[in-house]
Amino acid sequence: MSSGADPVLAVDGLRKRYDDTVALDGVDLAVADGEFVAVVGPSGCGKSTLLRVLSGLEARFEGRVTVDGTDVRAGGNDDVGMVFQEPRLLDWADVRENVAVGLPADVDPASPAARDRVGDLIETVGLDGFADSHPGELSGGMAQRVSLARGLAYDPSVLLLDEPFSALDRLTKADQQDHLLDVWEQRGTTVVLVTHDVEEAVYLADRVVVLAGQPGTVASVVDVDVERPRERADPDLVALRREVTDALGR
Amino acid sequence: MAADTRRESDVSRESDAGRGSTGGGSASEAASHSLGPVPLPAASRFRPLLGLLVPAALVVGWHLVVATGTIAAYQLPTPVRVAETLYGMGASGELWGHVAVTLRRVALGAGLGIAVGTVFGTATGLSRTASDLLDPLLQSLKNIPSLAWVPLFLLWFGIGETAKVLLIAVGAFFPVYLNLSTGIAAVDEELLEVAAVYDLGRVESLRRVVFPAALPSLLVGIRGGVGLAWMFVVAAELIAASQGVGFLLSDGRTLARPDIIVASILLFAFLGNCSDVAVKEVRDRVVGR
Repeated sequence: MSSGADPVLAVDGLRKRYDDTVALDGVDLAVADGEFVAVVGPSGCGKSTLLRVLSGLEARFEGRVTVDGTDVRAGGNDDVGMVFQEPRLLDWADVRENVAVGLPADVDPASPAARDRVGDLIETVGLDGFADSHPGELSGGMAQRVSLARGLAYDPSVLLLDEPFSALDRLTKADQQDHLLDVWEQRGTTVVLVTHDVEEAVYLADRVVVLAGQPGTVASVVDVDVERPRERADPDLVALRREVTDALGR
Repeated sequence: MAADTRRESDVSRESDAGRGSTGGGSASEAASHSLGPVPLPAASRFRPLLGLLVPAALVVGWHLVVATGTIAAYQLPTPVRVAETLYGMGASGELWGHVAVTLRRVALGAGLGIAVGTVFGTATGLSRTASDLLDPLLQSLKNIPSLAWVPLFLLWFGIGETAKVLLIAVGAFFPVYLNLSTGIAAVDEELLEVAAVYDLGRVESLRRVVFPAALPSLLVGIRGGVGLAWMFVVAAELIAASQGVGFLLSDGRTLARPDIIVASILLFAFLGNCSDVAVKEVRDRVVGR
């Protein structure tokens, strides 16, 4: 499960500054094809900054960040899908149109193939029957799943998730986590999930990267070699949870 | 200035109306619940009619003060006299000519103002440079009162239709420009990031994200613009016109016919209201979704 010869996502010596503040310093990370990596860290350690760099939203940084061997700054953000902390949906557009925003630029959203693809995605995230609904009519969990479908519409090499479940209540959160695992297993998408929830990270990921310090840097990497499907209360997971928490310095 | 105050008053009027109707709805609901099976007449259905009560009382009061001679009839005609005058002008066909001319001016002027306002509002909303170049100038021009433009426009364009339509366009331009420009500039940064992450490209992100997000602002601007178009048409027609409702107004003064003056004022109120309701209806359809 650890990084293979040709990682899909490679970060080398990443250093990111906002004016006088250094947010990330010397971050190295390699994510293999199909791997599920969670990045945890206390708030202010630059977790979200890391995702913004990976998604190509930050144009200026030092070091090398590549997806499929291409610099994330070159040629737009072609190969990543991003699920933000908030759903960030277009509230005047229906679910179908919101998911279609994620389609690659060379796909005509009006074509039958594109419609099928969007329909499949809506089904994948368990929202069949809601294609014509507007975001205002959806619950928080459903809206976040529309955002997930939009992220998958690109058929991205890497799907980035920025604390996507942090605004949800406990039960919905557990459902959404299992749902994400289903989608990941079905589609084999490479996933990088940023979270501050250690339990979530250990339950979901193959590997947990602990960011710490200010500026943020990789403090520790914890492999989660536990068979799937996993039990949340699995003693091995609980032990790993402690290991990650210790690495966080808590 | 004028645009802003007008908009504010519109907003407060709307919210008042909203509160009134919802309050009425829940009150009648509660009443029918507590009274069990005895059906009360749906009072809320007649609620809009309440708004007619005060105007009706005013008309009666108006009639009384003139009929009793408290106000001389040569200063203020009775309501009946005004109605007769309107009917007479309508029957002879004279009225429709004036109304048609005024409507045409307002439609052309407002259309032109809205179109130009949309172009400038889009440019300054999208481009920081365009905004830095144009916005200070336009912000100061908007404070010039409508009447102040009239002599200049007459000098430039003569007393024909061009001067009037352009004057009205100036009025309609500012609310559209101001609202659209701020509306576009205020489009949620988070949505723009979504457009960036999914590589929508400049044109697509405008079409699918920026313009739909700014559409409500544009419609608010159009509503204000149409309102100002009616103010500017009066300015244009009072001073240099041989036709139109504004001309009727000044003609009434020349002929010492207060009935014509009051009839023209009422016509403006009626036409202005109709166009406002129409624009508001369009806005509610589009934004209400």
